[in-house]
Amino acid sequence: MMESILLTIVLAPLVGAAIAGLLRNQIGKAGAHWATILGVGTSCVLSMYILYLHAFAGAEVYNQSVYTWMVSDGLRFEVGFLIDRLTAMMMAVVTFVSLMVHIYTIGYMHDEDGYQRFFSYIALFTFSMLMLVMSNNFLQLFFGWEAVGLVSYLLIGFYFKKDTAVFANMKAFLVNRVGDFGFVLGIAAVAMYFNTLDYAEAFAAAPAFADTTINIWGDEQWSLMTVVCILLFIGAMGKSAQVPLHVWLPDSMEGPTPISALIHAATMVTAGIFMVARMSPLYEMSETALTFVLVIGATTAFFMGLIGIIQNDIKRVVAYSTLSQLGYMVAALGVSAYAAGLFHLMTHAFFKALLFLAAGSVIMGMHHDQDIRNMGGIRKYMPITHWTALLGSLALIGFPGFSGFFSKDAIIEAVHYSTIDGAGYAYVLLVAGVFLTALYSFRMYFLVFHGKGPRDEHAKDHLHESPWVVTLPLILLAIPSVFIGYFTVGDMVFGDYFNGILTVAPEHNTLGQIEFTSAWGFVMHAVHGVPLYLALGGLFAAWYVYTRKPGIASELRTRLDWAHFALDQKYGFDHFNQAVFAGGSRLLGKFFWNVGDKVIIDGIAVNGSAHTVGWLASVVRFIQTGYLYHYAFAVILGLLGLLTWFVVR
Amino acid sequence: MISLSEYLIVSALLFSISIAGIFLNRKNVLLLLMCIELMLLAVNLNFVAFSHYLNDLQGQIFVFFILTVAAAEAAIGLAILVVVFRTRRTINVDELKDLKG
Repeated sequence: MMESILLTIVLAPLVGAAIAGLLRNQIGKAGAHWATILGVGTSCVLSMYILYLHAFAGAEVYNQSVYTWMVSDGLRFEVGFLIDRLTAMMMAVVTFVSLMVHIYTIGYMHDEDGYQRFFSYIALFTFSMLMLVMSNNFLQLFFGWEAVGLVSYLLIGFYFKKDTAVFANMKAFLVNRVGDFGFVLGIAAVAMYFNTLDYAEAFAAAPAFADTTINIWGDEQWSLMTVVCILLFIGAMGKSAQVPLHVWLPDSMEGPTPISALIHAATMVTAGIFMVARMSPLYEMSETALTFVLVIGATTAFFMGLIGIIQNDIKRVVAYSTLSQLGYMVAALGVSAYAAGLFHLMTHAFFKALLFLAAGSVIMGMHHDQDIRNMGGIRKYMPITHWTALLGSLALIGFPGFSGFFSKDAIIEAVHYSTIDGAGYAYVLLVAGVFLTALYSFRMYFLVFHGKGPRDEHAKDHLHESPWVVTLPLILLAIPSVFIGYFTVGDMVFGDYFNGILTVAPEHNTLGQIEFTSAWGFVMHAVHGVPLYLALGGLFAAWYVYTRKPGIASELRTRLDWAHFALDQKYGFDHFNQAVFAGGSRLLGKFFWNVGDKVIIDGIAVNGSAHTVGWLASVVRFIQTGYLYHYAFAVILGLLGLLTWFVVR
Repeated sequence: MISLSEYLIVSALLFSISIAGIFLNRKNVLLLLMCIELMLLAVNLNFVAFSHYLNDLQGQIFVFFILTVAAAEAAIGLAILVVVFRTRRTINVDELKDLKG
């Protein structure tokens, strides 16, 4: 019974994707969106049922293999499901956001070519993501990991006639390969030392290796657990876009907005956070790895937020905000506040999907002009989009009572109580990041929705609220963005929701040190803390600078020209990668082409042998005089030679 | 009584003469053919001498075969010679060098 429900959840979107993709010419546009929405809708309803079973009805953890692909020297390659409260939460979030995005897409992609292709891809994405989160072993995790990466690649390059889109999807693909290289090495290390790919068996085997050291190069001894955890985390850095592998995410905005919401904000990019939380029994054994995770996360959270302030493309502002929020989640993992990280993952999925979809709605109204400097006063024309975007922004900056408030405050508090190396650094950056978050979010909000009307007078005539298929998902996402934090923070972060799933060593138990009485008490407690005032300060600063005194912004820009330059160049990561890695590979390729290909293979092996034969033949030709007596002489000479040999021998 | 070695010397002389004929003759293909015949005869002489010396008739049987082949060969060789002469109006060895690579 359970198995067939789970299989239906996974396979329904796949069937939808196959129908929409393979029969796209037969079923037409309506057929494509109905097929995929039915598939994903089925998954969503059943996922909610699973969530209900695990969260409220106290169902047992389900850990079964469905299919054994092969057994090699005791190592089992299987397809299996591990359904516990963590999985159930992820499934519900993924399928719900996916369903919202499917409905939204009907409106957003209405006039676009490749309508069916788009639906096929996003349903395929849902299948892949479900395979990833429901997996009970590393192999299937890796399958899902690569499959979501593939769909991400396909969708970033959805407008494949646009050069920038093709460049962006290639970039995303290559950067992710770097991360995946670490990830697959981590899985290989797990298989090598624990001799299993199953989560439960690997976690059970891990404590025996707590003090094992291995030799990678030289004489230096590395702790096995540190190596495994950091390798796995490198995979997470690629997928969850952490510094320095974050460069692909801003460029991924070349894809259509619905997938920016679904893949590059709500679900796929959080796969890294999910994976690390799932591996918490391993990470708890290596403080070095945790410090690494913490520092990377905090760095991403602060410095990417900083870039968000100067972006002018509406989607890129939200993209940098996503990077920054992912940094918060990763930092939470670093201080062993896995529950807080996952909680922020969930709330972020709702409000960031909401913000992206609202941005998409604005883009539709502006006829695909994405520059926020050209917008303004849109609140009059698009009231629903305006209100939902406001709610999403408030949730994002952590306004008290909104979902983002609970998750972000829990993370900051947890970092505050942490004692591992790097916690002080992380705390400063994360607290400062709150101000930045508020500043860039409301800079965008005020520039887009307030002020004088759009710069282009002509655009005003076309501005109108989007159709209901667009606004309905906005409203449905706004509801959890506002309320879900208040109702679930007690259980998920401070309660026993994740008991037995997340492992936290007693000395790392930062969440346990936070005083928590009730959600309301948590709100009250925040009044005594710094982050709340920073958030309000950021909000106020954005309001003052961008509605009252627009001169301040340009004044600051000229005063801090060097800082603006650094941010505008995104700290030079792109230039560095372009020059060193892309240029270096090209140089290396040219070298091998010139030396290996042109000289050795073409010059020596292929043409060389032909030339040798030709030269030999040209020499031998001189023997062929055509005179009979020469041939006869050769014959006699040969005969004499043979005879001599015969006799002398 | 003539000894075996004397036969062999004669036969070797004949063979050498025919080789010399092939090498030295630069004018006439007809001479070439005759030299080849002479070579075969030298070989035949060897066969007969050994056959007699060893009291084995097989050698003389071989001579018959070789004579037959030599006759056939001479016939074909002369026929080719006639054709060559008809087409090129010459049988000069130095001018017949179409085998050159």
